[in-house]
Amino acid sequence: MKHSFLDHYSEGNSLIHRLDPRTKLITSLLFILAVTSTPPTKWPAFAIYFCLIAILLFLSRVPALYVLKRSLVIMPFVLLIAIFIPFFKEGEVAGSYNIWLWQVSVTYSGLQVLWNVVIKAWLSILSLILLTSTTKFTSLLKGLEQLKMPRVMVMVLSFMYRYLFVLVDEVMRMKQARDSRNFGKQQRMRTVANMIGTLFIRSYERGERVYAAMLARGFDGQMRTLDRLSFRKLDACFGTGFGLALILTNLLY
Amino acid sequence: MEEIIRLDNLSFCYPDGQAALNDISITIHQGESVAIIGANGAGKSTLLLHLNGILRSNGRVKVLGRTVEDKNLRWIRSRVGLVFQNPDDQLFSPTVFDDVAFAPINMGYCEDEVRQCVTTALERVGMAGYQSRSPHHLSVGEKKRVAIATVLSMSLQILVIDEPTSNLDPASKWSLIELLKGLPITKVIATHDLELAQALCRRVIVLDGGYIVADDAADRILDNKRLLAAHGLAPAEVA
Repeated sequence: MKHSFLDHYSEGNSLIHRLDPRTKLITSLLFILAVTSTPPTKWPAFAIYFCLIAILLFLSRVPALYVLKRSLVIMPFVLLIAIFIPFFKEGEVAGSYNIWLWQVSVTYSGLQVLWNVVIKAWLSILSLILLTSTTKFTSLLKGLEQLKMPRVMVMVLSFMYRYLFVLVDEVMRMKQARDSRNFGKQQRMRTVANMIGTLFIRSYERGERVYAAMLARGFDGQMRTLDRLSFRKLDACFGTGFGLALILTNLLY
Repeated sequence: MEEIIRLDNLSFCYPDGQAALNDISITIHQGESVAIIGANGAGKSTLLLHLNGILRSNGRVKVLGRTVEDKNLRWIRSRVGLVFQNPDDQLFSPTVFDDVAFAPINMGYCEDEVRQCVTTALERVGMAGYQSRSPHHLSVGEKKRVAIATVLSMSLQILVIDEPTSNLDPASKWSLIELLKGLPITKVIATHDLELAQALCRRVIVLDGGYIVADDAADRILDNKRLLAAHGLAPAEVA
C-alpha cells in the first residue's frame, strides 16, 4: 500500500526546495520566534509576516488550497484553549448576554488575546507547513542531525518515519480482518481495545527484531553518520535576507 | 577445505524454558552452500541467530576459527552477514542508501569507502539507482534484494539468510535464486522451500523440534519423500 501524505510536494524543484534543510529549519524557527514575541497590538507587523510567508509559499509552488486545508488542522487545538478567554478576561465589556440564568460578558481585551493566539498559531503553522512540504523528511533529519540535535532523537524520528507506514498498513489489515468477520454489527469497545493491545505487542516485537538486525550489522549503541549537506551562496543570501526582514519588521512596527 | 563454521553440541532454551535447539553439531566448510530445512518452529531461525552471536548459549559456536564471545563479536559480525526473514525488520532506515551504508559506517570506513561499498553492493543485487528511494515504497522482491545488499556492503565471508523466498511470486523467487547463485561466498540458507534448496545447495540439514534429524547430500534428502513427510516438509503419505 502506498502513502504519500507526508512527502506529497517535497519532490518539487523550486527555489525554496533547493535551499539547504538547515537554512529552512533555522529560518522557520526564527520566524516562529519573531511571530510569537510580537506584541498583539502591532497588527501591521502581523500583516508583514503574513506577506512574507505568502510570498515564500507562492515561490515554492505548493498549492494554496492544500496549505490552507493543512493549516486548519491546528484550529481545534487552538480554539479549545483560547475560545473561553474572551469570557473570563476582565476589562472593558464589549457585549453582554443573558443565557438562561447566567450573565455572560465578552471583553475587548479578551477578544484581543483570542485573536492574538489564533493569528500567531496560524502563522507559525503556515511556516511549518512550508518547511515540511518543501523538504524531504530524510533531508530534514539530516539537517537536524547536523544542527547538533541529539542523535538519539534524530534516530527516534527516523524510525518513526520508517515504521509509521508499516504500522498504518498493519492497522488497515487488522481492520479488514475484523470487518470481514463481524457481519456488519456495531463495533464493540472490547474489540477495539484488543486490537490496540495486539498492535502494541506486535510493534514491541518488531522493535526487538529491528534491534537484532542492527546488532547483526555492527551496531554497538553508538550512532555514526556521514556528512552530506553543504551550504551554498543561495542559503547565505536567503538566510540573511529573511533574517533582516524579520528584524526590521520587529523594530519598525 | 577450510573449516568456516563449527557448532559443537549446541543447545538453547528460550527464557520461558522452551527448548529450541538440542545438541546441534554442524561443521561447514569454505565455499559450501548449505540449506537448513524444517517445518515452522523447527528451530531454523534460532540456529541462524547463533551464527553471529545475537543469541548465545553454551559458547559452542566457532566462526572462522574464533569462538563467538564478547571480544570477537565485532569481528565476527563484520564477516557473517545475517539477512532476516522480514525485510521490513532488516530495512529500518529512511532511505535505501542509509540502510546499505549502516554496516560500513559502523565498521568505521571513511566516507569514500562507504559510498563505494554501497554502490558495489547495490549493483551486485541489481538495484543500482535506488539509493535515495524509501524502503516502504519498494516491492517485496526489491526489499529482499536491498536486504541482501545491506550485508554485502560489509567485508563478507559468510551469508546467512532466513527464508529468502518467503512471500515472493514465482518470477521474483527464481530471479532471487539466480542472484544468490551468483554470489561466490559460503551460504547458509534456512528455508522450507525445497525448490530453493534443490537449486542452490548441495548439502541439506533437516531440523525438527530442535534436533538435527538428517545431514546429507541434497539429492539424497530431497528424494527421500518418506523422510520429508515425517518432518512436515512434504504432503503426508497416503500409504
